[in-house]
This record gives sequence, C-alpha cells and structure tokens, in this order.
Amino acid sequence: MLKRAFKTWFLWELLIGLSVTGRYLFKKKITVLYPEEKTPLSPRFRGLHALRRYESGEERCIACKLCEVVCPATAIWIESEERDDGSRRTTRYDIDFSKCIYCGFCQEACPVDAIVETQEFEYACEQRDGLYYTKDMLLANGDRLEKQIAANLAADARYS
Amino acid sequence: MSITDMAIQAGIWALEILAIAAPVALSVAYITYFERRIIGWVQVRQGCNRVGPAGLLQPLADGLKLFLKETIIPARANKILFVAAPLLSLVPALIAFAVVPFGETSLFGIWEKPHIMAISNLNVGLLYVMAISSLSIYGVLMAGWASNSKYPIVGSIRSTCQMISYEISMGFGLVTVMMLAGSLNLADIVHAQAGGILHWYMIPLFPMLIVFFISGCAETGRTPFDLTETEELVSGYHTEYSGMWFATFSLAEYGAMILISLLTSILFLGGWYAPIPALDVIPGTVWLLGKTAFLIFVFIWFRATFPRYRYDQMMRLGWKIFLPWTLGWIFVIGLFIYTPGLDGIINFWLAWR
Repeated sequence: MLKRAFKTWFLWELLIGLSVTGRYLFKKKITVLYPEEKTPLSPRFRGLHALRRYESGEERCIACKLCEVVCPATAIWIESEERDDGSRRTTRYDIDFSKCIYCGFCQEACPVDAIVETQEFEYACEQRDGLYYTKDMLLANGDRLEKQIAANLAADARYS
Repeated sequence: MSITDMAIQAGIWALEILAIAAPVALSVAYITYFERRIIGWVQVRQGCNRVGPAGLLQPLADGLKLFLKETIIPARANKILFVAAPLLSLVPALIAFAVVPFGETSLFGIWEKPHIMAISNLNVGLLYVMAISSLSIYGVLMAGWASNSKYPIVGSIRSTCQMISYEISMGFGLVTVMMLAGSLNLADIVHAQAGGILHWYMIPLFPMLIVFFISGCAETGRTPFDLTETEELVSGYHTEYSGMWFATFSLAEYGAMILISLLTSILFLGGWYAPIPALDVIPGTVWLLGKTAFLIFVFIWFRATFPRYRYDQMMRLGWKIFLPWTLGWIFVIGLFIYTPGLDGIINFWLAWR
C-alpha cells in the first residue's frame, strides 16, 4: 500500500519508462542505409531473369517451352523454329516483368539451366515498356552476370 | 518627442522584434528536425538524414513543400474565421516572447548598469504571459467552429477543455513563485534566484516545477496530452487545414513549446544564472538557452516515451491531482512564510523580506 503510493506520487513508472527510452537513444541503430549499404542476398534470391550460354557460346535454351507452360502469370512468350543445323531454337523469348511474379518456377522447370533468376533487383524504370525484356536483352543479362549466376548455382547445388 | 524620434524608436522596436521572432521561427524549424531525429534514435532508427548533410536541410525542404501546397478552404466553411484562426493561434504564441528576458548585459562595460535583454521588461510580465497564452485557445476554438465539420469541432472542444483545465493549475503553480519572489517581473524573479543551484526555485517548489512542466505539455497539446489530435479525430481541430495555414498551426504549437521551456527555466531553474556562481563567466544567455534546449529535449523525450491519456484520465489529472497539489503547496509556502518558527528556513529563498 505504502509502496504503491510512493510509486504513484514519485512518478516511478514514468521515470522507468524515460530511462528505457533514454537508454535506447544511444543504442546502435539497425537501419540499413539502402543506397550506400545493402542487406546480404541469398544465392536463391529471385530477381531479374537471364538466359545463359554454354562455354562455347551456344545458347542453352532448347525451346522446350516448359517455362512458358509452368509460368503462373503467363509472363513468358516463346516462338521456335528449326535452325540451319537442324536443332530447335527460339526465335522469340520475351518476358514481361510487369506480369512476372518472381516465383522461380521457370528456373525449376528448365531442364538445361537456361533461364535463371539473378540477384539483380535495381532495374526500375519510368516507362512500362522498359519492363518488357526480349531474348537479346535476356541473353545480354546472362553474359553480363554469368560469374554471379555460376557462383550462386554452385553454392546452392548441395541442397538441390 | 518629435516625429523623427518616434520613427527611430519604432525602427529600434522593429529590430528588437525581428531579433526575437526570426530566431524563434528558425528554432521551430529545427526543433521539428531534432524531434524526428531523437524519436528515430529512441526507436533504434536513423530519423531523417537524406536532405543535406545529416538531413540538416530537411526543415527547409518541408517548409518549401508546405509553402507550395494548395490551401483548400472547404466550401461550407466560414471563410473569415477559417483564415483568421491560424493567425489567432500563432500571434499569441509569438507576442508572449515580448516580455521574456533573455539575459542581462552591460555590453562589455559600456553601460554602467546591466540592462535586461527583453523587448519590454514589463512589471506584470508573468500576468501578461498567462493572459496571452490563454488567448491562443480562441484560435483553436475558431478553427474547429469555422471548419464546419464534425471532427474538428470535437477536437477543438477537447483542446479547449484541456487548455482551460491546465491553465488553472499552471496559474496556481506560478502563485508560489510570486510568493517567494515578491514580484511579477520575470527579470526580478530571476534575480531572486541568484547565487547558485541551491537558490533556484526548483528546490523549494519542486512539485510545482513538475506540475508546471506537465501542464505545459497539456497547454501545448503535446504527447501524452495530444488526445485532441488523435487518429480517431482525424488530427482534431486542423483536419480541414492544408498548406501554409496548417504550417501556421504547427508553428504556433512549437512556438508555445519554446515559450513553456523558456518560462520553466526562468521561473524554476534560475534563468540566466549558472548552477555554481563561478561559472557565471559564461554569458547568461548561453545558460538560459541551454536550460531551455534541455527542456525542449525533455518534451521530445516525453513524446518518444509515453502513450497518450484518455480524455477522462486527462481531466482527472488536471482537476483532482494537479489542482489540489498546487493549492496545497501555496498553503505550505504561506505557512512557512508566516509561522514564526519556520520562516528561518524559507528566508533562504525569500526575496522580499
């Protein structure tokens, strides 16, 4: 009773509260200052797509269209023709990133590891057309990011 | 007095007013910045740090944004009152600074007698401040009424109740200061506290310091007493305001916050005197502004710490706790002054015997 009256009239709880916030005032801040600092990304991070090539320079995609079928957002368009040497190749491989939901099913469906998702995520643009990637752009992504893709696939290989 | 003399005098007054109003406006801008930073730090965030070095240009960007925004006057609002209300809450917050003494100086020995650094060293300064700060209620009430909208009127009625309730305990708290200092002149009240931290009125009047400062929180409508601008009331009496008129309201709120902090340091924390007389070599204005800055920090600290009161709790605190305490302390101080055995203790602080 007396203890309670003491705590009420000397604003005890309020002082406890102030001391807690006072301590947190000097704590290390957990904010990640984004453009300068970045959070670590998992090797399985699902970002911008890329089409890969073999070391010989031959493109991996064999136009089986499994990715097009599995895509839940129908964001992939593929057209294919027979090439001069008799192999089946895509003439068109487009991904509309304004439709893509980054589920990674295309990557899982691909039998030849041709279509993969990279750790790139800073490709925002001001026009919607800018999110429509054609085959050449996806192949260029693959050429540019091959090192990163290979490292990530190697890091993830023991779990798959 | 010739016309020229009058013109010169008017010019001097204008300069004096500018010398106080401009720093007040600037510090209001930067108090918003420090408020955001400090609350961010308490919440283990960074706060605003993007605009300029360490975010220091943020207040200017905010001001520019508010300035460029459209001011919307609702079609069914009472237009004259709607426009007048923000000014009526800003002007009292600013003109109350007229009597606040910011220190005393002999201008490096040029003047024989030290002068009080105030626009007007009024003999009834304390009364003037109390009267003027009550006037800002009209701005709030008019804003709620003129908006012709449900939430503003509820919010403004709540604000008005809150301000009137806490004005009373604040006023009674000041009576104890008057009893010790024997003067309503703010500079005389500070002079009565000369001679180190033991002479400050926070020692004999400690409960009144707490009551005055918390009532100040309620007067300015800041957390934990910001129930008048809660989410449930869609930010209370300034719901319908936008752009510069809205900024005027927040200017008034922060101006009142500076004023309360200044008054608390003048009345209870020894004004421009250092805690130890030897430290008085540092100019008094620095001490006064330092104490004020600390109290403003405490305001922000409160905001980062406490949840807000419910309406009935707020009324209970004002009428059932603060008012009896202030009345009781007036009685206690009076007892000490006029009881023959006890007056030896209080004479240490008494300035008029």
